[in-house]
Amino acid sequence: MSSDNKIEIRKLYKIFGPNPLPLIDKVNNGMSKDQLLEEHKHVLGLSDIHLDIPNQSLQVIMGLSGSGKSTLIRHINRLIEPTSGEMMVDGQDVLTLSQNDLLDFRKNKTAMVFQKFALLPHKTVLQNVSFGLFIKKFDPLEAEKQSMHWIDRVGLLGFEHRYPQQLSGGMQQRVGLARALANDPDILLMDEAFSALDPLIRKDMQDILLELQSELKKTVVFITHDLDEALKLGDNIAILKDGSMDQEGDAVNILLSPKTEYVRKFVEDVNRSRVLKAKNIMQNSSEISKDLMNGQSMKVKGDDVIEKFIDRVVVDKPTLVEVLGEDGSAIGYLSAERLSEILRK
Amino acid sequence: MANQSNFFFDFPTLPKELIRAFKKSTDAAYKTFSREYGDYIETFFNPLLKFLVFWEKLLVATPWLVIIGVVCVFAYYGTRSYKIVIGIIISFFFVGYMGMWEDMMESMGFIIVATIMAIAIGIPTGVWMSKSNRAQAVITPILDFMQTLPPFVYLIPVVMLLGIGKIPGLISVIVYAIPPMIRLTNLGIREVDREILEAADSFGATPWQKLTQVQFPLALPTIFAGVNQTIMMALAMVIIASMIGVKGLGQEVLRAITNQYFTLGMLNGLAIVILAIVFDRISQAYGKRIQKHRSGDAI
Repeated sequence: MSSDNKIEIRKLYKIFGPNPLPLIDKVNNGMSKDQLLEEHKHVLGLSDIHLDIPNQSLQVIMGLSGSGKSTLIRHINRLIEPTSGEMMVDGQDVLTLSQNDLLDFRKNKTAMVFQKFALLPHKTVLQNVSFGLFIKKFDPLEAEKQSMHWIDRVGLLGFEHRYPQQLSGGMQQRVGLARALANDPDILLMDEAFSALDPLIRKDMQDILLELQSELKKTVVFITHDLDEALKLGDNIAILKDGSMDQEGDAVNILLSPKTEYVRKFVEDVNRSRVLKAKNIMQNSSEISKDLMNGQSMKVKGDDVIEKFIDRVVVDKPTLVEVLGEDGSAIGYLSAERLSEILRK
Repeated sequence: MANQSNFFFDFPTLPKELIRAFKKSTDAAYKTFSREYGDYIETFFNPLLKFLVFWEKLLVATPWLVIIGVVCVFAYYGTRSYKIVIGIIISFFFVGYMGMWEDMMESMGFIIVATIMAIAIGIPTGVWMSKSNRAQAVITPILDFMQTLPPFVYLIPVVMLLGIGKIPGLISVIVYAIPPMIRLTNLGIREVDREILEAADSFGATPWQKLTQVQFPLALPTIFAGVNQTIMMALAMVIIASMIGVKGLGQEVLRAITNQYFTLGMLNGLAIVILAIVFDRISQAYGKRIQKHRSGDAI
């Protein structure tokens, strides 16, 4: 196995029902979710899932409700037992852990953030945030110190003695995030963590997550049904449909080369200019004709999304856009044709 | 023809002799059992008797002013309402002035002990029931049985076993009052939000940590409703239990029934109502206080 992968999911199946094992073969032979329910009264949760999640990356798992995404994330910390398969975390198959080892694994390796926050209503913000440390039997003073640090980091200083009910939804989810981070897990599992929040607050939370992630470098598994959110957050995106993986790849891959009709429909309405960066779509010099190279050019940063420079392209009408790397040297080019091709549709 | 009409109009029964023999042999067996083991069982319940006597003596021996003071402190701490405190003072004075103070103290001690025992047995049983569907399937019909069997009926075996006195009285009160305690503990724990439990699981909480940190605290309001109901049922049963020798207000009610003393019955009945209201208000207030986190206001 490659040491770069934090999590490797292999041949994972989950079929809900009293006697699921014999049905795996039928699913493999192409029985659909509906057929399985109709003929065998079993519900197909996940079917033959393979996924590598690189260390310190932010993996988004996307799908509509019923696609199995929440089931999948619960297999990582084994809140749900699979029907068969492997769930390797740091080279160790989580599914073979004994009950005690599983508790240790959950205490130390993972922490989860929930869609409906799942805070403990009878505990204060501070007690909630230090819950994981309490479970680990941390020294109370040390636990409080660490928890206060994270309460500060999510911007809730001054609210530590409030109860969750007294906070707004966005603030409650900050508590949820602080509670997960206070545990200092390697892996952060976020199950539709921002889906219950209204759009502005959701954007705030996404920014907080990205900011924290750029510094903490956790391995994050983020579940969402919102493609814009997936494209904004994910280093990699996996798209689930009816329990199977439809496509997996980075944002550009998903946007520019959707593999199935389902994914194509998904990405149809996405505002590409807001998602794609210059470096994602640039061409190398061999693809550019000499004439263009010698004409009037304009410089943009590789990390800029198209939206950020398209107005200048329209007004200045350069013959060529030069894409600069972090050190300021040209790493690629964009012709007007390429830009219009990307933005068409 | 005559035979047929007999069949339709008289329910087919076992021969009278057989029924008599059945009743006799069952009673005889039970009598032998109680003669054989009655002493052991009495010894077994001796600590309970001591506990009960301690409470009764404590309440009867404590100066009445102190008792009223303590009850008022409890009531005020629970309800934060002067109205209720003043109400308690007035009604307790009424009871004392009418010469029922000592009886009321005996009944109060009895109810306190019965409630403590019902909680001590009921909560673990309820927790067990909430953890195991099989336990729930077995215990639920037993509780149904306990709650619907007329109390007079189960007084009989208790008296046969332990005679007349405080302990059989106490046991019958506990049996009568414990079902809501068990049921509501079970219900409260089963009602805890699944997502919150999942969160506790995701942090690696052990079953004991989940119970003590999540399930029990979140079930407390429901459990407190159970405590409240248990107290009310103990109050009702303490009157009936006077038939098997429990002293206190119930004994006076019994005397009033047998002698047709309307006023005596009425006065003691009123004293019981007063006791019930006081216990009810205080226990409900404490039940509400532990839910303070549910309010949206700053605390």
